[in-house]
Amino acid sequence: METAQVINNEEMVLALAGNPNSGKTTVFNSLTGAHQHVGNWPGVTVEKKEGRFVAEGKVVRVIDLPGTYSLGAYSEDEAVARNYVLFEKPDVVINIVDATNLERNLYLTVQLLEMGVNVVLALNMYDELQTRQIKIDVTKLSELLGVPVVSTVATRNQGMKELVGRALQVAKAGNREPLKINYGKEIEPELVAIEQDILSVPELAARIDPRWLAVKVLEGDEGILEELEKYPGLEHLLDKRHEIVNRLENLWGEDVESLITELRYGFIGGVTKKSVKRSQTVEDRLSLSDKIDRVVTNRYLGIPIFLLAMWAAFQFTFKVGEPFVVGIEGFFEWFGAATGTWMVNVGAYGLLNSLIVDGIIGGLGAVLVFIPNIFLLFFAISLLEDSGYMARAAYIMDRFMHCLGLHGKSFIPLMIGFGCNVPAIMATRTLENKRDRLITILINPLMSCAARLPVYVLFAGAFFSAHQGLVIFSLYLLGLVLAILMGLVLKRFLFSGETSHFVMELPPYRIPTLKSTFIHMWERGSSFIRKAGTIIFIVVVLIWLLSNLPVGVEYASQESVLGRIGSFVAPVFGPAGFGNWEAATALIFGILAKEVVVGTLGVIYGAQEAGLTEVISQFWTPLSAYAFMVMTLIYIPCVAVIATIKRETNSWGWTFFAVGYSLVLGWLMAVLVYQVGSLFGFS
Amino acid sequence: MGSRVLPLGFLQAGQDAVIKKFNHGRGFCRRLTEMGFVRGARVRVVKNDIGGPLIVTTGDGRLAIGRGMAMRILVEEVEQQ
Repeated sequence: METAQVINNEEMVLALAGNPNSGKTTVFNSLTGAHQHVGNWPGVTVEKKEGRFVAEGKVVRVIDLPGTYSLGAYSEDEAVARNYVLFEKPDVVINIVDATNLERNLYLTVQLLEMGVNVVLALNMYDELQTRQIKIDVTKLSELLGVPVVSTVATRNQGMKELVGRALQVAKAGNREPLKINYGKEIEPELVAIEQDILSVPELAARIDPRWLAVKVLEGDEGILEELEKYPGLEHLLDKRHEIVNRLENLWGEDVESLITELRYGFIGGVTKKSVKRSQTVEDRLSLSDKIDRVVTNRYLGIPIFLLAMWAAFQFTFKVGEPFVVGIEGFFEWFGAATGTWMVNVGAYGLLNSLIVDGIIGGLGAVLVFIPNIFLLFFAISLLEDSGYMARAAYIMDRFMHCLGLHGKSFIPLMIGFGCNVPAIMATRTLENKRDRLITILINPLMSCAARLPVYVLFAGAFFSAHQGLVIFSLYLLGLVLAILMGLVLKRFLFSGETSHFVMELPPYRIPTLKSTFIHMWERGSSFIRKAGTIIFIVVVLIWLLSNLPVGVEYASQESVLGRIGSFVAPVFGPAGFGNWEAATALIFGILAKEVVVGTLGVIYGAQEAGLTEVISQFWTPLSAYAFMVMTLIYIPCVAVIATIKRETNSWGWTFFAVGYSLVLGWLMAVLVYQVGSLFGFS
Repeated sequence: MGSRVLPLGFLQAGQDAVIKKFNHGRGFCRRLTEMGFVRGARVRVVKNDIGGPLIVTTGDGRLAIGRGMAMRILVEEVEQQ
């Protein structure tokens, strides 16, 4: 008997499914720890999270499916989740369910069960049942649903071992029978009829359970219908469906989709009646969350509280970040000087020395200095999201979003835009209405992202040092106001149509675990840095190159290619108060990545960030500085954002529009600020 | 008794009702019904301030529903349990 464990080469695939806010991510992190990575589902813009762990000598691959309430084809998230389970056939699906909101969560469960896939239910947030005086008979629930149920408290890592054990057990046991819900005496015969049609195509019936397909057909699932029409013998299915649907709808006066949903809930109701006991009346169930909401969503207090939360987030980002920023600053200064000296000692000077010290170290340093602020900002945003407050913010802002013809759900992507516009624009996926989505994407770059922060800090620090925070806050506010105005304009002139439907879950307030918030912050922050790392590095070298051409020219002078480009564009900015080539050049490179604006100025003025402040104060005035910051706030989003806009809108037209309007608007506002300011004698 | 049928948007905070009918276009129901807002479901209005969305509950979970939608959901008032 071998003493060493033999690792079975067979890999087991485990998928995680569940509602948003059910604790699915916590379970995923708990299972996979550091062994996870994020990618994209092919062909769509949905995030794909994968990881792995080892259990019982086997390597288990974990796929975290997008959080969904259902498995229709109504949104990309749902389609991705559904298709994965249907076609990739994972060995087992762990369905994470919020025990305190069982009925709603079981809606997804029932759909999984109808698909006939192996399921283990994780009854999560089990600890909260006690406070709400709810008792769930786990054994009964398991019996009624026909699947193992494990109670868990993912945030405290309770129940995880058992969960994994059961999952592996189930996976080995092979396939199970799909759940059959009785849809009533009118619908059942129709289902059988459709099933017959499907059985006539044997290879299809072998792949997917015919009854499940029949239910989907009746439901009118577009994705499935499209798929099915491709099979010979099933082309008439759509017409057949129309006929059945008309008949049933005339009978009931209600559309078939809703009926099927109702019947599913009927089944769920039956299950919960027998397995869940509540000791409280509906009235008593005013939880702590509701009490907090009384204040937070109060019509008078709501907005001030929200502004307070935002202000606190900013203060946190800057005040706490300050010591770190200073530290990094100092490090790069030292590093640059030390490397320069070392290189001279080693005999490398001239261009190479300059490339390394001025170009790479100088440029990178000017930008990386702001990493602490960026991470702290993402931390604050993650905290607000995970605690459940973001949903309330969306509720509060819904009133105002209506003026834009949007609704509260558009608010969350705009909030994320304060961190980085790339994930923010990707977050618009949750908006089902295309028009809303487009508007939210187009105004998103006006939400001042973290990359523009270095510019503000530099100029505000140089000219308004005492009121730094206030000045920077004013810029963010300006961005917000402009976003609102732009939204109004877009709504009036480009899009008209019905207002869309606002439905959003308000999850109970939860104290997010430090670990999960850190992971969130890390995910967003590190992708931001990776983008920064690659693009910025390339750009920095490019700038250095252009500053040294044509050969022999004085480094980063007006005669270099860099300077020439800037000089060419500079006059355009005359009316805005910064018609010098240095500013123009920095702005041009800011198109590639906003962080580079400061780096470019650093290279041009031949100084590190610390020295840059002094140099700036000599060449600029407070007013022109403010105008410049306004321009930076508004003009063309960076390359990464442009690419994201193209990807999410799938249209070059709208992408160019976004680029164009921001340029024009930016210039107009900068000029406005400068001219009006001059009139008031602020120069 | 005599409970009346009226749009959800007209209910006051604290009132209970049972969903009777949706005055709707196609996509209207989907999100709602997925969340448990089906005909026959019992709901309670948690908050209903002028101009803003409503906050309602089917027992557990709180849902924010736009005013426009709330006016298209017809419910029947019931006594509180």
